[in-house]
Amino acid sequence: MDPAVEARGLGKQYVLRHQSQGRYTSLRDVLAEGTMRLAQRVLGRHVASTTSQEAFWALNGVSFVIGQGERVGIIGRNGAGKSTLLKILSRITEPSAGSVAIRGRVASLLEVGTGFHPELTGRENIYLNGAILGMAKAEIVRKFDEIVAFAEVERFLDTPVKRYSSGMYVRLAFSVAAHLEADILVVDEVLAVGDVQFQRKCLGRMEAVAQSGRTILFVSHNMATITSLCSRCILLDAGKVAGDGAPSDVILSYYAGGTSSPASFDTASWPRQPGDEHARLLGGAVQDCAGHPTYELHLGDAFEVSMRYRILAGAKARPVPNFHFFRADGTYAFVTSMPNVQVAEPGEYVAKCKVPGFLLNDGGYFVGLALTSYSDAGYVVNFYEQSALSFNVRDPMDESSNRYGYGGPVPGVVRPRLDWSGVRVA
Amino acid sequence: MTRNGPVLVIEAGRTERHYWRDLWGYRELFFFLAWRDILVRYKQAVIGVAWSVIRPLLTMAIFTFVFGKLAKLPADGVPYPILVFAALLPWQFMSTAVGEGSNSLIQNANIISKVYFPRVIVPMSAVMVSLVDFLISLVLLSGLVVWYRWWPDWSILALPLILLLAMAVSVGFILWLAALNVRYRDFRYVVPFMIQVGLFISPVGFSSAIVPEEWRLLYSLNPVVGVIDGFRWALLGGAGDIYWPSVVLSALISAVILVSGLRYFRHTERTFADVI
Repeated sequence: MDPAVEARGLGKQYVLRHQSQGRYTSLRDVLAEGTMRLAQRVLGRHVASTTSQEAFWALNGVSFVIGQGERVGIIGRNGAGKSTLLKILSRITEPSAGSVAIRGRVASLLEVGTGFHPELTGRENIYLNGAILGMAKAEIVRKFDEIVAFAEVERFLDTPVKRYSSGMYVRLAFSVAAHLEADILVVDEVLAVGDVQFQRKCLGRMEAVAQSGRTILFVSHNMATITSLCSRCILLDAGKVAGDGAPSDVILSYYAGGTSSPASFDTASWPRQPGDEHARLLGGAVQDCAGHPTYELHLGDAFEVSMRYRILAGAKARPVPNFHFFRADGTYAFVTSMPNVQVAEPGEYVAKCKVPGFLLNDGGYFVGLALTSYSDAGYVVNFYEQSALSFNVRDPMDESSNRYGYGGPVPGVVRPRLDWSGVRVA
Repeated sequence: MTRNGPVLVIEAGRTERHYWRDLWGYRELFFFLAWRDILVRYKQAVIGVAWSVIRPLLTMAIFTFVFGKLAKLPADGVPYPILVFAALLPWQFMSTAVGEGSNSLIQNANIISKVYFPRVIVPMSAVMVSLVDFLISLVLLSGLVVWYRWWPDWSILALPLILLLAMAVSVGFILWLAALNVRYRDFRYVVPFMIQVGLFISPVGFSSAIVPEEWRLLYSLNPVVGVIDGFRWALLGGAGDIYWPSVVLSALISAVILVSGLRYFRHTERTFADVI
């Protein structure tokens, strides 16, 4: 089967204009520039230009092949070129270099409610938005009831959408888009809208679309969505492909900023083992309750971080394992050390630390593994392997999340479940 | 689903091969956009329709007073209000079409930057709203004709052709101005001025018969002149002698504007989404 999308050396160059206010030029600027150039020629000397231009490659040499029926997530930092890539694939803008071959009908969904007009009723907007997204009128007529039912706006069909609540507006907008029929669906971060219940409904819809064998390209910042929806993930960094493979691997390398931190490792395969003359690091792992290495955890899941290390002869000190937890953005979450450590005989040891569920907030984490030896003379750090392990805590978006319908990010490093009481006092 | 259907190749600097076929494929979107514009315009039905009635009537009254009564310009035996109205019909059609059309891309920037379709659909559909206004004014004119008992003759059959010419002129201007407007955003200040000047250099308030014979051909370099003369001739039953070279010249010039406008538009439309 021929691939659905085949990109070769795709590049997009933008010219940044300093000085001028917006992306567009004004006639006034052009006239001023022209006059200045004329003056230069007449006066025969250089007059400083008022604007300077700078070329900037939003995408540079991007190549990939996407097979039919593949569900590909595209991740990357802001400005990495994700949106530009989607815009090229959906023919909104043309590439400055390279080419892309597309087999099949493309439907792009870069925004929900594109072209919605506030003065028009829900019914009218369904037709308009459908047509803008590329649906034929017959297709909209056929799916009209389905769209309305999915959006749950039956009662407000003949109300202008300017009177809709923002939730209703988004539901209607997504509903139209969700009923697009295409071989290749290009979707930009549109699920991050609406309440949680509707988000799950949308995810369900996307999964159904994916199951039906259509090709999906999906940009998101929500790694949980990517892992649950996509079979493959492409990481863009500064306009280039920085990773391409299974979502779990690519997401981890994204969190690690290029260098991947695994859920478990063994230093036997490393060129050198971290440590000094007293101790060596042998390995480490993040494990679920059943003892399997894992990097994907739910908010409520307790898990274990373990470290294998060897104590060499001649250490008359108390070797204390300590683990350092960082959030993906570098925030120090906490440090924990093993209690009641005694002077250790030479040998191989495993230190395990159990982290309870409902402690950490959702997001990506790194664990630094360290061993510090305490003696009467003070302390020595035997080794400290930064970002040795990583894992991802997911919000399951169910009752345990205590969200009551709130769909946005919950701030903070920790997200404990605390004892609350509420009584009526008057 | 067309699994192994046609392959679309997007490549740097490649001009669209199936432009016109593509345009045909998007005809429904064209109608939907036109329908939206018309719907929004007449949504507050009373104000919308009333406006398209009051505006031409008021302009007609003023022009009749200024040019017919004060300046006492000749009307070739046609009641002055009808003479003015027959010209106002195409003028208002063309001026609103150009005014709306040249802004249409900017107004639909949100769609253009998020969805692909042949961009030419947007300014074209803006013309449709003006066409509806035109039809309303045409009904008004038939009322006037009945009032003054001035019956048109067979020349009225040429009206659709001349309306086509009016559309060609407008679309030509719109394509140029809409594309320039995206690139040079301060063009929007130029357009209303152009329209205002156009009103005075075109024979709207007076018959072009008052222009001296030796200047007539030069005067017809303005393509609007031929359109308006054509309208008067078609509607007023050849009362004012039509100067055919002027109509032919208008048709030629509007063809040049239309073709060059289309070329410029197609040349720049690929970058619209980047700069809009």
